[in-house]
Amino acid sequence: MDINNLGVAMALLGAASAALLAGIGSAIGVGMSGEAAAGVVTEDPGKFGKVLVLQLLPGTQGIYGLLIAFITLSNIGILGGSSDVSFAQGVMYFFACLPMGLVGLWSARRQAMASVASIGLVAKRPDQFGKAMIFPAMVETYAVLALLVSLLAVSNISKIAI
Amino acid sequence: MAEQYTYAVARIRAKELSLLGRQEFDRLMACGSYEECLNTLHDLGWGDGDESTGEEILAAESSKMWTLLQELVQDRSVFDVFLYPIDYNNLKAAIKSVVTGVRSEGIFLPGGTVSPELMVQAVEKDDFSALPEKMREPAKEAYQVLVHTKDGQMCDVILDAAALTAIKEAGSASDNKMIRAYAELTVAVTDLKIAVRGCKTGKTASFLKRACVPCSTLNVDSLISAANRGPEELFAYLANTAYAAAAEKLKESASAFEKWCDDTIMELIRAEKSNPFTIGPLAAYLLARENEMKSVRILLSGKRNRISDGIIRERLRETYV
Repeated sequence: MDINNLGVAMALLGAASAALLAGIGSAIGVGMSGEAAAGVVTEDPGKFGKVLVLQLLPGTQGIYGLLIAFITLSNIGILGGSSDVSFAQGVMYFFACLPMGLVGLWSARRQAMASVASIGLVAKRPDQFGKAMIFPAMVETYAVLALLVSLLAVSNISKIAI
Repeated sequence: MAEQYTYAVARIRAKELSLLGRQEFDRLMACGSYEECLNTLHDLGWGDGDESTGEEILAAESSKMWTLLQELVQDRSVFDVFLYPIDYNNLKAAIKSVVTGVRSEGIFLPGGTVSPELMVQAVEKDDFSALPEKMREPAKEAYQVLVHTKDGQMCDVILDAAALTAIKEAGSASDNKMIRAYAELTVAVTDLKIAVRGCKTGKTASFLKRACVPCSTLNVDSLISAANRGPEELFAYLANTAYAAAAEKLKESASAFEKWCDDTIMELIRAEKSNPFTIGPLAAYLLARENEMKSVRILLSGKRNRISDGIIRERLRETYV
């Protein structure tokens, strides 16, 4: 068996990891902050708009993971119908996708914890909504950095002739 | 699993907005009469609107609080540590009412973990197997003591010690730091009260040993020994423990000490304000509500008996919010 035939499989594994791990993280995060949001809305339905924004913050990692997976699938030719990826390039795609997958998984969970705390803050002090948004948004920085690294790597692997 | 309380804690955060703060207490203090106070409480959302006495309003608030907490936790046993005093108080009432044959209305407190009817049945049949395991032995002993010696005080001592032991065990078994600290504080402070009262009334070391329950922050043997040597020795011993401030309040008056106990519990639970997970904020809300009801009871009682505002204010507890 020609090892280069495994290149596309490795690249696909990377794309799947990015979508899978970041998606799991976001699902857990949005679920957790959704519970807190529901708790506040039970007592005060007027705060729905504010807590909804905070609930959605941990959902971005899943979108970033999807974006990396989509670009990877496009670059390796899965979406185009023909694929010509060497084993080395496949491994590179795999590692290029990992930052988004792993950081997405972890940061979504941690961001959800910050969101839950901020939902508690909004429940007691609705006038502090702007500040409450900042705490979970800080966690987003690291998801964006991971997105940037994965995006730059995935976009440029095809230019390397190995 | 801390996450299982995410919904509950968020809901409690929203409910905390309706806790009485300094402003609300000032408004109540400004009321000219007991009746005006009741109207103000109704305006603040207390009671269901049709109560005519303070006790009815407080009972309605207690009932609302427990309905909410039961809705928020699947297993109510997480709050047992706060309910044991009610259970053992009801057990005392059950034993005394059966032994004396006097059945008065309203002798049982609502909201315990064991129904008072079950306790009465157990005492009547002299078969305590239907009660929770840790309650059986002290219930039997207290009953036997009362039947054979008619010593009501010893009956109380046995059941009070059993209640403290139950609180201590429930605290030790809890994985929540605040509940553990609450249980320890409750046991230590009660030991302290027993030692001071025992010292003033000249109780023997064996009596005090029967009444006090060992805890981590007080050496019960040293406490009893100091209590037997007299008030000066006792306060000198307490000055070197974690309860030096409590000893100062005890020297002042019993009500100052009671206020210190409640204010210390408020200090203890304040850390839960910034905790978005775990059972801690729920337990803190429960204690905050009980503290609030205690303050309202003091205030209403003061207004009814036309006690001066200065004295009422001195006795009002710290608020959680």
